[in-house]
Amino acid sequence: MEKDKRINGCKLLILGGSAGSLEVLIKILPHLTVLSGYAMVIVLHRKGSEDNTLEELIAIKTTVPVVEVEDKTPLVPGHIYVAPSDYHLLFEKNDTISLDTSEKVNYSRPSIDVSFETAADIYGASLVAILLSGANADGTKGLISVKNAGGTVIIQDPVSAEVSFMPGNALDNMKPDFVADVKKILELILSINID
Amino acid sequence: MLINEIYEYHGYDFSGYSHASFKRRIDRLYQLDGFKNFPDFLSRIRIDSDYFNRMVEEITVNVTEMFRDPLFYKVLRTEILPVLATKPFLRIWHAGCSTGEEVYSMAILLKEANLLHKSLMYATDLNPSVLDTARKGVFPIRMMKQYSENYIASGGKNDFSHYYTAHYGFAKFPEELSAKMVFSQHNLVSDRSFNEFDLILCRNVLIYFDKDLQDKALKLFDDSLARLGYIALGTKETLKFSDLQKKYEQHNRDKIWKKIKE
Repeated sequence: MEKDKRINGCKLLILGGSAGSLEVLIKILPHLTVLSGYAMVIVLHRKGSEDNTLEELIAIKTTVPVVEVEDKTPLVPGHIYVAPSDYHLLFEKNDTISLDTSEKVNYSRPSIDVSFETAADIYGASLVAILLSGANADGTKGLISVKNAGGTVIIQDPVSAEVSFMPGNALDNMKPDFVADVKKILELILSINID
Repeated sequence: MLINEIYEYHGYDFSGYSHASFKRRIDRLYQLDGFKNFPDFLSRIRIDSDYFNRMVEEITVNVTEMFRDPLFYKVLRTEILPVLATKPFLRIWHAGCSTGEEVYSMAILLKEANLLHKSLMYATDLNPSVLDTARKGVFPIRMMKQYSENYIASGGKNDFSHYYTAHYGFAKFPEELSAKMVFSQHNLVSDRSFNEFDLILCRNVLIYFDKDLQDKALKLFDDSLARLGYIALGTKETLKFSDLQKKYEQHNRDKIWKKIKE
């Protein structure tokens, strides 16, 4: 199951999570200084509201620039993008993000499945998807698409997750490349595109 | 391939739609209606015009609410309408109005600003069936609690329930509001400008278009907007990536732009 602990050729890293995942991000983000050659997109289940609290919280935890996502925002390596509340975040061919307000998926908008699936279509093997702590089934179908498209899948070890259902559900339904606790997730991220 | 067939048989051009979103809508419909293979699906769309209408309804996203994003309405109420109030007559276009919730919200704002008598709201959508709903001004009563909260958050001072009459699970909004609305089918992809407006609202519609089609639609809005008129977009939409930006001035950080140059 485990492959070599290095991840290369990554253009896009997506972190998806729900309840208990913000704590993981807060532990990881301060250790990131440069995202070499790839963009990071964070898709968390969040309350439907107009504020930018999550973006601001993420921005103070890292020196990597955080870009406010609007429709057709270009994805640029080295930057972090946060899925806005009440929109699904999708990926388009020309390295842009599009947003959509269609029906909730798994009771969620943004839905992690929607971002994983559309990213898998575009980025294939150059996609790394990480699924964190959470209390619903969102993310599992998306990870299967990522895997089928040749991307790298990392699932937070349910034992280390504050809420184990989401990563546990994914593990019941697919074989990831890595099962990792927070420390190991950080190591894996730091290894991306470092030959 | 599907897009070509639709265009050839029905004259609707979906080629400029955001690819990822459009594909998801099609996949969803395909699964919802239990198709087993793609050729069946295609031929159904080609020959069955009722089914084609269903497809248009299902792939266009019709998620809307009254006073959606209340802070946006608050800005309209307190900062934009007072500026427009000096005009002798107000023409407003809701492009992609869906089932009309935002048009009725606007009518309420206009009434409270004492502008309704000299306003006309044109509300258009690609999808004829949502326009039928919009014309009736009848919405599910279960939504009214949320809408009432939105109304209050937008700065509304009245009792929201005075604006409708409850009837068998539905809330009916009065003729007084709908009398100032004109509903018609209009396709932002292929139809032209049909009037000059002081305010154009097109919220959460352009997100379904790719960049080129967005530019085309924005050009259409620009051609339809009077000088010093306003264009309002959805909370995550922007003129930032468009050439039009040079002719417009953004109102603070709101999704409202004023046309400052012809």
